[in-house]
Amino acid sequence: MSAPAILPARGFADRMTATFWRHPRVLLAILLTPPLLWLGVVYLGSLVALLWQSFYSIDEFSGVVKQEFTLKTYAELLRPSNFDILVRTVIMAAVVTLACAALAFPIAYYAARYAKGHWKAAFYLGVMLPLWSSYLVKVYAWKLILAKEGIIGWAAERTHSSWIIDGLLSIPGLEGSSLSTSPLGTFAVFVYIWLPYMILPMQAALERVPNSMLEASADLGATRGQTFRTVILPLALPGVIAGSIFTFSLTLGDYIIPQIIGNSANFIGMAVYQLQGTAGNIPLAAAFAVVPIAVMLVYLAIARRMGAFDAL
Amino acid sequence: MLSDRSPLSLRAAAIGGLLFLHLPILLIFLYAFTTEERSFQFPPPGLTTRWFATAWYDRPDIWPPLWLSLRVATIATSIALILGTLVAAAMTRTAFFGRDQISLLILLPIALPGVITGMALRSAFGIMDVPFSVWTIVLGHATFCIVIVYNNAVARLRRLSGGIMEASADLGANAFQTFRHVLLPNMGSALLAGGMLAFALSFDEVIVTIFTAGSGAEAKTLPIWMLDELIRPRQRPVTNVVAIVVFAATFFPILAAYYLTRGGSETAGMGK
Repeated sequence: MSAPAILPARGFADRMTATFWRHPRVLLAILLTPPLLWLGVVYLGSLVALLWQSFYSIDEFSGVVKQEFTLKTYAELLRPSNFDILVRTVIMAAVVTLACAALAFPIAYYAARYAKGHWKAAFYLGVMLPLWSSYLVKVYAWKLILAKEGIIGWAAERTHSSWIIDGLLSIPGLEGSSLSTSPLGTFAVFVYIWLPYMILPMQAALERVPNSMLEASADLGATRGQTFRTVILPLALPGVIAGSIFTFSLTLGDYIIPQIIGNSANFIGMAVYQLQGTAGNIPLAAAFAVVPIAVMLVYLAIARRMGAFDAL
Repeated sequence: MLSDRSPLSLRAAAIGGLLFLHLPILLIFLYAFTTEERSFQFPPPGLTTRWFATAWYDRPDIWPPLWLSLRVATIATSIALILGTLVAAAMTRTAFFGRDQISLLILLPIALPGVITGMALRSAFGIMDVPFSVWTIVLGHATFCIVIVYNNAVARLRRLSGGIMEASADLGANAFQTFRHVLLPNMGSALLAGGMLAFALSFDEVIVTIFTAGSGAEAKTLPIWMLDELIRPRQRPVTNVVAIVVFAATFFPILAAYYLTRGGSETAGMGK
């Protein structure tokens, strides 16, 4: 006696399996429905609702939100006090991104090209652990460092170089009683916290630069500097841009760091936080929130053109 | 001639960069032992271990936030594990209409600045009259944890040969048996790594949490407690003791995730 080639269905589970096989879309729908309900309806719905409210306005006398379409709230962004916040945040994001790129390059280049075996793992973990370790703990560490009586002040006093810090703190725009109340401090902390986000994509891009190209460049008589400028840098550029997407976007939206370290000058994130909270001006807060989204969309469009997404 | 040895200046800059990333964290440990509680004086005037005892016995305000954070991180990670695995399973096997849009949608919660995610959720809770609770915090956290689990799961599924699923079906297993006996054991370590990273991320999150937690004392997670101490300090070394706990609670899961997925092409933690 021979066994049947096709076993009969033995229950609900077998019948479902047959359905999945004949109609793969049923399985797809079952798999995708719960996550799409979560992300597509709850999350995306919230985002759309937020954008929608940026077209409402607030009644200046009663403080009540008027639910009719207007561009008045966006016009308010252009008022000098609000426009200053936008300019300050974008400048900070740009400067932080440049500093991160400059600091990240040697680390990424060394890890990609020279580090071998245990050193490679050490470099990888050495970047990944600070990336994932607690954000607040890192900010707190810098409060300890930048405090007037902290380690930098102590080292400067010991080496008789306090005048450098005092000099920096007296530059117009960077004033503060200590580094931790000066925009310089805010800048340093931003650079420190976002640096790993720059290193990893940069390293990934540099690892893809073939050694043979560097050899060819050297064979053709290029000096180290020429090889760097004409071969390595253009090939690594997508990685740099991919990293800059993170550093730029994260600086645009952060509201904790400028609140704890710096001269409490307003940034976009802080403005959003204050406007929706104590001030209760949700339309203006929403309009402020649209700015980083718009800036990032432009930035991403440029990055896509330069091939940054292949390096993510 | 192309040298295999690195220029000294490059090596110095690279190692200097790594030190720059790590030394600040060591200071947190040092300051947990200082005898000076009113300022951040360096070097510490004296060393003591009493702050650990103080944090344990005399500061009851630490414990509820700690439990809340553990609870939120556990629930958010569980939800993210289920939803992230489901999307990953759907995205690897089939090409369908809207696939690219879905992958963008999963990325969105970590691609957009946290303040936007937080504010969007808060205003949605306001519109729908949802009262703040543990569940509103969980909702925010799970939203950005999904992508972490998804990244790990999808990388493993891509590496997995489709042949073993067909072999399982040929041997008479139904879809659920294949999932239980073939798919799950093969994905175990990737899911564990993703779950640990998601846990670390949720345990530490503050930017979205402030918006979704409400203002009551019962809605204070450990990072919010820390933020309060940063803005209005009292017994500063106790904050350091808690910072060490928070650091450990994220450090060990990350290390474990690294060792779980090491060697493959998809080491965990490449993108946050």
